[in-house]
Amino acid sequence: MTTRSVRSLSGALKPLFSPRSLQGYVVAVCHQTHKSTYTTIAPPARYGGRHTVTLIPGDGIGPELAKHVCELFRFCCVPVDFEVVNVDSTETSEDDINNAIMAIRRNGVALKGNIETNHNLPPSYKSRNSLLRTTLDLYASVMHCQSLPGVRTHHRNIDIITIRENTEGEYSSLEHENVPGVVESLKIITRTKSLRIADYAFRTAREKGRRRVTAVHKANIMKLGDGLFLECCKEVASGYPEITFDSMIVDNTTMQLVSRPQQFDVMIMPNLYGNVVSNVCAGLVGGPGLVPGANYGENYAVFETGTRNTGKSIANRNTANPTAMLLASCLLLDHLKLHGYASMIRKAILSTITDSRLHTADLGGKGSTSEMVQSIMDAIQSTGPRTQRH
Amino acid sequence: MNNAITAIRRNGVALKGNIETKHTLPASVRSRNNVLRTSLDLYANVMHCQSLPGVQTRHKNIDIMIIRENTEGEYSSLEHESVSGVVESLKIITRNNSLRIADYAFKLARERGRRRVTAVHKANIMKLGDGLFLQCCREVASGYPEITFDSMIVDNTTMQLVSKPQQFDVMVMPNLYGNVVSNVCAGLVGGPGLVPGANYGHVYAVFETATRNTGKSIAEKNIANPTAMLLASCLMLDHLKLNDYASVIRNAVLTTMNETRLHTADLGGQGTTSEVVQSVMRVIQSKGQFTAEL
Repeated sequence: MTTRSVRSLSGALKPLFSPRSLQGYVVAVCHQTHKSTYTTIAPPARYGGRHTVTLIPGDGIGPELAKHVCELFRFCCVPVDFEVVNVDSTETSEDDINNAIMAIRRNGVALKGNIETNHNLPPSYKSRNSLLRTTLDLYASVMHCQSLPGVRTHHRNIDIITIRENTEGEYSSLEHENVPGVVESLKIITRTKSLRIADYAFRTAREKGRRRVTAVHKANIMKLGDGLFLECCKEVASGYPEITFDSMIVDNTTMQLVSRPQQFDVMIMPNLYGNVVSNVCAGLVGGPGLVPGANYGENYAVFETGTRNTGKSIANRNTANPTAMLLASCLLLDHLKLHGYASMIRKAILSTITDSRLHTADLGGKGSTSEMVQSIMDAIQSTGPRTQRH
Repeated sequence: MNNAITAIRRNGVALKGNIETKHTLPASVRSRNNVLRTSLDLYANVMHCQSLPGVQTRHKNIDIMIIRENTEGEYSSLEHESVSGVVESLKIITRNNSLRIADYAFKLARERGRRRVTAVHKANIMKLGDGLFLQCCREVASGYPEITFDSMIVDNTTMQLVSKPQQFDVMVMPNLYGNVVSNVCAGLVGGPGLVPGANYGHVYAVFETATRNTGKSIAEKNIANPTAMLLASCLMLDHLKLNDYASVIRNAVLTTMNETRLHTADLGGQGTTSEVVQSVMRVIQSKGQFTAEL
């Protein structure tokens, strides 16, 4: 076994043997004793009633959207202070991303834009986003795709939660070229992580009152790998009798998604299928500018746009759709238990979206980012709560 | 299975339905379809998705050719469980196979007068593997200056497919992305019952429905849509250079498609398989071709 695969195996086995697990904090094998993430994570540090949240602007449209989020929060007097950490995607050293990770460990919560991954850099340069997710063990990527009123799409009444395993699978970055011209990529599926993500999915489904969980896989071809994933899902499903569990092969799933997406409720899947399926769902409800995404781990939570685009081609032109980033900041506020602020901002965003004159270019309109943000602030002001004038 | 493969080696061409793969059998039992494809080295899976006139879909004017590497990638069936509870699946990308499929794609694009080839990949994460695939595509593209070559990451591709599928022309990709993307495209033009697929190797050709469904739930009920299989048989006739017969049958199938009364359940109608086939035969007869009385 190569050293790289030994390291990967030890990395996979770490949750079983880490000191925290011995305290019973992370016991992924038996789902009945697993405590709910929602009740055992303490909300991040509050000093004087104000939360500190790490903000990573990223590349492309990230910085301008991050600015709008700060503006909006200041306007609404949200008790959140942002600690801005810049990650330079052109640097090959890992200092930047390590600083960011340390900041997130300190604060517990982060809002981030996507950091670009240059294809031309050598393969030893790992995707910064991927590094962040695996180091902080943000194992669940959750994306809630809902048809928004006011956005015209081919399909209506879509309400799908996609839960995607975020740390292993095809994204292990373990590749080697033993023979020139033949590349082997390793896709890792472990029992521990599959049980963990299945557990998360069923708990979330139960909490949100969802009726059905669908596992997406390709076990007819990848019998051992996706077979193990399916088996773990079935085990966890047996502990939740009120929720229907079924499975579907990924190609059939994508075909059903484009013809009848209303049949899906909660979907759970390994990393790569999760990537594809969540992008299909985002496209169905209106595009990358509308859907927020959240990455949850045992101790940390990072919020970003659902489809993780840098939007390089529309950067700095004031045409980006701020909805995804702003809804992600609402998810952040919900996580910090600041539900009042979250619902206020969310309502304002939804009322702005219904006004098609303000739609940005990706929705087929001619509005600009700043117009949309201004309209959201106006909507908040008109509903009455105390706001700060510029 | 070996008998089937020997028969195809003998004849050179085949028409097949999908063979079911039971998940519960041990992992050493490989998918029969997969075994067939790799033994005969049918390296290119070609699927032509076109919006059909009589079929109501949300998107119109789709005309995409999907060329998918058919023998390697994630479908190598090389998995092992060195440590209990940890499974490693190997995804293999080789220079030879990537050059071969890229070559096939560009040759086909040139023959059909296509303007643009898009490579679908995930090279930002799988730098070596998909990076090699992309590199091979670029090398081949340099030999076809009249064709525009670009590349797109698979997640962006699927998102664009569901919002603006008309932008795509020819797409070339490794095995797994090919599976997903071709199913998305099939769903966009009307579903699994409409699109035929072809698997080409240097020596052999096997034709089947594009989305390779067994359709177990609607078996023996006379409600399956025969269009995909019939159009696949037309592709086979074209391959055998029996172009006249192919166009006669194809025109008849397309004419029948326009009749919404005959649409089968998957298209939202109530027609049966036998009615559709009867109608196809009647159309052929009315055209005056030499037909055999039933």
